[in-house]
Amino acid sequence: MGTITQSPPGKTREILEKAVIRFCGDSGDGIQVTGGQFTNTVALYGNDLATFPDYPAEIRAPAGTLPGVSGFQVHFGSTEVFTPGDSVDALVVMNPAALKMNLADLKKNGLLIVNEDNFEAGDLKKAQMTSNPLEDHSLDAYQLFPVALMKLTSAALKDLGLDAKSVDRCKNFFALGMCYWLYNRPLDSTYRWIEDKFNKKPLLIEANKLAMKAGYAYCEATEAFQVSYEIPPAKLEPGLYRNISGNTALALGFVAASQQAGIPLFLGSYPITPASDVLHELSMYKDFGVMTFQAEDEIAAVTSAIGASYAGALAITTTSGPGMALKTEALGLAVAVELPLVICNIQRGGPSTGLPTKTEQADLLQALYGRNSEAPIPVLATATPGDCFWVALEASRIALKYMVPVIVLSDGYLANGAEPWRVPQPSELPAFPAHFTTNPEGFMPYSRDPNTLARPWAIPGTPGLEHRIGGIEKQDGTGNINYEPLNHEKMCRLRAAKVEAVAQEIPDVVPAGDPAGDLLIVGWGSTYGPITAAMKAQRAKGRKIGHVHLRFLNPLPKNLGEVLKRYKKILVPEMNMGQLVMVLRAKYLVDAQGYDKIQGKPFRTSEIEAKMEEVLA
Amino acid sequence: MTTTTIPVYTKKDFQTDQEVRWCPGCGDYAILSAVQSVFPELGIPREKFVIVSGIGCSSRFPYYMNTYGFHTIHGRAPAVATGLKIVHPELEVWVATGDGDSLSIGGNHTIHMLRRNVGIKVLMFNNRIYGLTKGQYSPTSEFGKKTKSTPYGSPDRPFHPLSLALGADATFVARSVDVFQPHLKATVKRAAAHKGAAFIEILQNCNIFNDGAWESVVEKEVRDDHIIALEHGKPLIFGKNKDKGIRMNGLELEVVQVGNGIAEKDLIVHDEKNENPAYAFLLSRMDSTPGFPTPIGVLRAVEAVRYEDRIAEQIREVTAKRGKGDLAKLLQQGDTWEVK
Repeated sequence: MGTITQSPPGKTREILEKAVIRFCGDSGDGIQVTGGQFTNTVALYGNDLATFPDYPAEIRAPAGTLPGVSGFQVHFGSTEVFTPGDSVDALVVMNPAALKMNLADLKKNGLLIVNEDNFEAGDLKKAQMTSNPLEDHSLDAYQLFPVALMKLTSAALKDLGLDAKSVDRCKNFFALGMCYWLYNRPLDSTYRWIEDKFNKKPLLIEANKLAMKAGYAYCEATEAFQVSYEIPPAKLEPGLYRNISGNTALALGFVAASQQAGIPLFLGSYPITPASDVLHELSMYKDFGVMTFQAEDEIAAVTSAIGASYAGALAITTTSGPGMALKTEALGLAVAVELPLVICNIQRGGPSTGLPTKTEQADLLQALYGRNSEAPIPVLATATPGDCFWVALEASRIALKYMVPVIVLSDGYLANGAEPWRVPQPSELPAFPAHFTTNPEGFMPYSRDPNTLARPWAIPGTPGLEHRIGGIEKQDGTGNINYEPLNHEKMCRLRAAKVEAVAQEIPDVVPAGDPAGDLLIVGWGSTYGPITAAMKAQRAKGRKIGHVHLRFLNPLPKNLGEVLKRYKKILVPEMNMGQLVMVLRAKYLVDAQGYDKIQGKPFRTSEIEAKMEEVLA
Repeated sequence: MTTTTIPVYTKKDFQTDQEVRWCPGCGDYAILSAVQSVFPELGIPREKFVIVSGIGCSSRFPYYMNTYGFHTIHGRAPAVATGLKIVHPELEVWVATGDGDSLSIGGNHTIHMLRRNVGIKVLMFNNRIYGLTKGQYSPTSEFGKKTKSTPYGSPDRPFHPLSLALGADATFVARSVDVFQPHLKATVKRAAAHKGAAFIEILQNCNIFNDGAWESVVEKEVRDDHIIALEHGKPLIFGKNKDKGIRMNGLELEVVQVGNGIAEKDLIVHDEKNENPAYAFLLSRMDSTPGFPTPIGVLRAVEAVRYEDRIAEQIREVTAKRGKGDLAKLLQQGDTWEVK
């Protein structure tokens, strides 16, 4: 079925600039798949978009209960989209629990599509509801469309001879078909996905396709739906695009880095939410020579990577907060032996196990300072899902050039969220061929490059360069064990100077928005989207606002101190209790104020806007 | 084809200019000397050797070996060595470790490295004490042992290190003694020849914090009766007069006097290649029963796929099937669309 260019007879079509749709239901209802498919379809159509998958930590909480509710939100538009959207235009609800957990985000008069088959007394009880909202007028403020999703799906599939459970599992595709009609989208990319997904089960291919087609046809036929919507394609920078999540982009970035460095990629990792997808992704790329090692624990994950780096690979390890804590001692070793290594922390809510599937950016101070003694490490943060690719490349380049471990901070929101990404050509990527020392003449394991202070990378197997390295303090040059007081001070300062030298790699900060004025917003990480959207909205109201989004958190850009002084006020929104703001205040003696949110959810644009107005009032 | 000639090495080629800082009289000197004597005989270029260690007295080993060496952090040597071995399977990677380093803080890495059969040789110096931290009990200290941290006796039941290695399905498990130089060298040589993971427990004396750690086993006057040297294909016989043997009695081992109707043919013939680790397991802990000797030599030596070879093989297989990876194609995989 191709794109429909005319509205069906008797129905009207509205053109919109943007729309936000959220699917929600039980974690077993296929919500993530439904949302993912909708995303792919609008992406292929050419809309800009941002997504927010939100799912519980439990794999299958008891069906129909509040803790089992899973959601997937897609914001798509014909102009630039920076966030998954503050509030929802259309909410697709599979059961009472999902309704209860999500209704507050639906706009007044928004579309509310509800699977009425799941609103029996027992279902209401599981959601701790005393009356049926489909009957008690509590939903009068919305455009309510009760749909018998299960009965309709079952009727559509009645000739296939499928068991009841399999039929029930197709109802999400019925709902998806309805949404494709509502937003005037073709079904073909989801058809292709279904064919691929169930390629050994032809009956399920037919069933899911039929269910989706039936959902589409249902909307066209029923009198309930009179209006459908059209969001024209966005005007993006020309090029080839794909939809990409942060974790996929990170994985691809490291494969690219290994190619650009000309050395194999080694990943040591231990499964942890929300970082595991990077391990899954990289374990597929054996044709790129990628070696993945699922270690026995987080410590072996990082130490095996240190061993791989010693052997001359581009070595990385991926984890989240609790795993990062376990790797701490090994990071100190990497600092002491001055070997290249990239450590990715896909942050989640903490402390301890915290909120494994929810986002947070509260590991910044851990990344900057969380090691015994003086153990400085460059720290980079990713701003959007697609940016993860570029940060992976940059972190690898820095690690190899300066012979240092480098920390990359991403978070759960970026890891699972997706956006259209312009696919770069390999020729657009920086080349940074790795260099191994092979000449035994005058070789010293801790001699230094005058510009970067990097020591030579002499890998085992090279004749004549046999030498010993280790975590004990060593003499500069020879690398021999050395406990002398002045040598220790020299080595501490050298390791710090090496990290500071990385500042020469950082382009000067150029604020987005106003180059000077009333308010500067400083952000890092995944707050990029909501800050950008809020700043645009506030500048449109005539306010003088700039925005600096830091990719390098250590070292900081050389001109940052000067930029901070150009604005009357500085606001630092963070999904923590004020970590970057503390660093900025300490380092630059400026009266920056923090704006913290620690709810396991990204900022809404409206929240940041309100805060800006408050600060400027 | 070019042939590379391997230099003729002597022990001196494997010594460094670093001053050895173990206590005078420490058993570690004997182990260092044995390894420095064996390596030149292996016909392997010196640059191919890497010694990886953790923390503890034994872990200073790399500084005294003129090879590549990496003194890492407490307990993690097997994990660092695994990463190294995956990237460069052709390297000869040896781990020098102790009972605390490998069985306590690094126990997890030890068992998993052995389970995977990574081609790493482990020299586990067992002196049943924490020496570098000055005398606390270790996971191999005897039950009830009085140390600085157990003034009323250790409440811990100790590990049998070889049982642990066998439990992890190690493919090469052996034991030797610091002061038995010819035996130690022969055992190190056997480990070097083994293709997969090799675990050697070396009974070692700490003359400062646990002097006489193995006295009851290795002292000249008692050793013949308290030690049995295993040899593949030979019956289990020991004793000053070579008149004691070990045979199976149901599922148990039994010490018997040879003669009086019991002949050599009634005894167990040592089979280090037995695929079933149960036999080696019985040997590994028989000395906890009074009257049984402590076995030294190779308890188990079986063949299995090396971990690093399997990783390399998968890369070759997938590359052969899909062709060498093309970055441009990879970046474009999945659904794409063109914006003009």
